Amino acid sequence: MKVSVQSADFDAGAEMRALSRDPRVGAVASFIGVVREVGMTLEHYPGMTEKALARIVEEARGRWQVMECTVIHRFGHLQPGDQIVLAAVASAHRGDAFAACEFIMDYLKTQAPFWKKEAAGWVEAKAADDEAAERWK
Amino acid sequence: MKVRILYFAALREQLGTPGEEIEVPAGVATVAALRSHLRGRGGAWRLAFADGKLIRMAVNQDMAQSSAAIKAGDEVAFFPPVTGG
Repeated sequence: MKVSVQSADFDAGAEMRALSRDPRVGAVASFIGVVREVGMTLEHYPGMTEKALARIVEEARGRWQVMECTVIHRFGHLQPGDQIVLAAVASAHRGDAFAACEFIMDYLKTQAPFWKKEAAGWVEAKAADDEAAERWK
Repeated sequence: MKVRILYFAALREQLGTPGEEIEVPAGVATVAALRSHLRGRGGAWRLAFADGKLIRMAVNQDMAQSSAAIKAGDEVAFFPPVTGG
């Protein structure tokens, strides 16, 4: 299980290939979040961020068959088109990989201490994100 | 008792500080009580911590409810609802 909070970009292809080395892996599902339309600065809470992400991954492992998992989230200044986040899950079958990946993203959106600021100001949290996380309860 | 307080994002800007170490008055034993203590400073503090304002809290880097207990040496953080991902 790999959790990384970093300012540097990541190679999503390389990260996903690394998840399928185990011959028992039959599915790798992934999500990549990308900066849309306007640049932003991402602030986070060093220490808590890594802890919160690791906890979300652990929770996913308790619910689905997760053989390997990588979560990378960037911080700092990002431009339109830049990658923000990668969540990738390896499992024997696609059902577990899809579900765990979606769960990780829904929980990350409401539990991991990141905040986006655009030129127009701080991005407001969305009720839809809370609802998305609620449905896994 | 002494606690370390951290502020993030819009709250940090509003208050003009990323954090502080404070001596908590006797009787302030929960995150909610600490929040009202800070609100009592007035000015920007009264606005930032106004009732009904959505603020998330963490104690020792774990998300916490406002009823969570605080003890000497704790790291308590206040911040707006998160917007990562």
